[in-house]
Amino acid sequence: MTQVKFGSIILAAAVAAALAACGEQKPAPKAEAAKAPPPPSMEIKIGHVAPLTGGIAHLGKDNENGARLAIEEANAAKIKIDGKEVKFVLVAEDDQADPKVGTTVAQKLVDAKVAGVVGHLNSGTSIPASPLYSQAGIPVISGSATNPKLTEQGFKTQFRVVARDDQQGPAIANFLATENKPKLVAVIDDATAYGEGIANEVEKTLKAANVKVLPREKGTDKTTDWKAVLTKLKGKAPDAVFYGGMDATGGPLMKQGRELGIKAVFSFGDGACTDEMTKLAGPAAEGLLCSQAGIPPQAASKAFLDAYKKKYNVDPILYAPFTYDATNLLIAAMKKVDSADPAKYLPELAKSEFSGATGKIAFDAKGDRKDAEITIFTMKGGKIEPVAVVKGGSTMSYADFLKSMGGG
Amino acid sequence: MDIFLQQVINGLTLGSVYAVVALGYTMVYGIIQLINFAHGEVVMIGAMVAFSVITTLAAAGLPPLALVLLGVACAMVVCMLVGYGVERLAYRPLRGAPRLAPLITAIGVSIILQHVAMLVWTRNVIAFPQIIKIELYTFGGATITNVQLAIVVLCVVIMAGLAGLVYRTRLGAAMRATAQNSKVAGLMGIDVNRVIAATFVIGAALGAVAGVMVGTYYGIAQYTMGSILGLKAFAAAVLGGIGNIPGAMVGGVLLGVVEALGAGYIGDLTDLCRYGWLASLLDERCAQGGHFILFGSNYQDVFAFVVLILVLVFRPSGLLGERVGDRA
Repeated sequence: MTQVKFGSIILAAAVAAALAACGEQKPAPKAEAAKAPPPPSMEIKIGHVAPLTGGIAHLGKDNENGARLAIEEANAAKIKIDGKEVKFVLVAEDDQADPKVGTTVAQKLVDAKVAGVVGHLNSGTSIPASPLYSQAGIPVISGSATNPKLTEQGFKTQFRVVARDDQQGPAIANFLATENKPKLVAVIDDATAYGEGIANEVEKTLKAANVKVLPREKGTDKTTDWKAVLTKLKGKAPDAVFYGGMDATGGPLMKQGRELGIKAVFSFGDGACTDEMTKLAGPAAEGLLCSQAGIPPQAASKAFLDAYKKKYNVDPILYAPFTYDATNLLIAAMKKVDSADPAKYLPELAKSEFSGATGKIAFDAKGDRKDAEITIFTMKGGKIEPVAVVKGGSTMSYADFLKSMGGG
Repeated sequence: MDIFLQQVINGLTLGSVYAVVALGYTMVYGIIQLINFAHGEVVMIGAMVAFSVITTLAAAGLPPLALVLLGVACAMVVCMLVGYGVERLAYRPLRGAPRLAPLITAIGVSIILQHVAMLVWTRNVIAFPQIIKIELYTFGGATITNVQLAIVVLCVVIMAGLAGLVYRTRLGAAMRATAQNSKVAGLMGIDVNRVIAATFVIGAALGAVAGVMVGTYYGIAQYTMGSILGLKAFAAAVLGGIGNIPGAMVGGVLLGVVEALGAGYIGDLTDLCRYGWLASLLDERCAQGGHFILFGSNYQDVFAFVVLILVLVFRPSGLLGERVGDRA
């Protein structure tokens, strides 16, 4: 057997693999005319998009549960629109947290003529999907996409009910700078729109607070081996490490950091701010510091928490109260103008004054939530515990915040 | 220097895993000149089975070591069955067919195994039960954990055991004979099909061990973990000289070290602000100790394939590949 033959076989295999990879279809983003006349049976479809499979499927399911709860409550309330009794239907789609799949399912929802959309969960899928919804004139409210770019594109149909990374990043960075007083901080991101966005904001804020920041280190959203990066950082002995990324990569990062004997404080954004971190990083997760845009699910209104627990028999994990509010915002706006036609209820949605499970909601001109809260957590005994809430630039302890919410 | 030492330790651990996986590729290639692309998925199935066994039995309150050993044993049995089944159903009917045909089947089998695993263990990242208490040992400024030590030691033991099997037993002699010329080996009374099946089964058992190593080391497992691991181990096998057992070992360890050092130092080396004449061109970015890093450590996965290309271009037979006649 000659080596030339061997080489050509490898080449053939590589070509076959490449062809398979190219086989994925890219949807043509064609614009549907912006019309959605209510069907005769007066069934109103509301879309929901989140990854229901993959590394963050548990978060996707949680988001969907929140939206579904709002839909079922609306159906139970027998709302009348345009004189007819309405049955709301949740069209739940799975975008696998993949931008390509995200645009495909967005087009699917546009084609299905949904009246409004709640989602997507990730910034990376929300941003490419937003022009499709905008062209079709369908309002879309994300309960969890925090990348600033989402609402900076100028689409009138795009809203969100959580804080932006450029609010979340400064919040965790400020907390870190004032509470832990590090002299040198290492910043790592996973090279996604979300991870890079929040890491940039953290770096900017730390530098403004006169904290030295090491040159940015990068992984990917599939990295499992962080040892090389961490070893390099260990040599520079930072007092704190910030990682912009999700828990499936953040868990191994923290575990390996402790295995290398790094004693720095590990801090994360909302993507890695869940109880899952205890499973993924083991005992190493103890003491992590992290932030969530918005308020912790357990600080949501009692009515919501009770209803959620009753229906699903679990507690909400992360953003369920926000997707619940987002769905209710859509329904409330439809009710107010007595129409499910996006063109009619969109202006009403933009000037919503709504009191939901996560507190008062009003949108600014860009579609961002006014005075959005950010909560800082720490891992204690295998559970993340809220320690402080940052609102409108000022930090208050969690206990004080609960008091201001009227006991949570 | 302690940083360098730490990177080498990281690389050795990673490399030991690559080496054990690469053995599976190289043994099969040595005997029937087939690149068994499904081997990465066998490793993944090993990790998944061990995960299930350990999680189920952890409730029974067995000591951690017994749990891990049971997990490994079950994973090995399942992987051996998978390895035998794949050989029997997908490759044996194609014995004697043009060499491209079994290669395509191998890719098909790999996709099937991956998706079966997805159905059984879901798409989610699975947190591998961390039942072994991690202990740190520090020397010369570098740390090594008990898990890392176990991986490296196990790798050496496996290598020694395999060498013993190939060069000291009747089965090993039959394997070497089949590798040299399967037709003549058949004429000499060797049951060639049985020898080939045995090779697949041994390779799969090693894959199972590697799967448990990866799961325990990183603490996570997912149905996609086999593909990139398999490709890197394949690169390691080619680097060492495919078909050559010591070659797989050398290639694996070398590749692990190259990857660790590469990921560790590429950021500093491609920081354009380090280079005087470039820094002056990039005044804005480099002022006040700024950095302009061209390639960060997220390029870690690229090194294995750069090495693969370099080997194929400059030394297609691999580092230890001149002993082509002595393949198994």
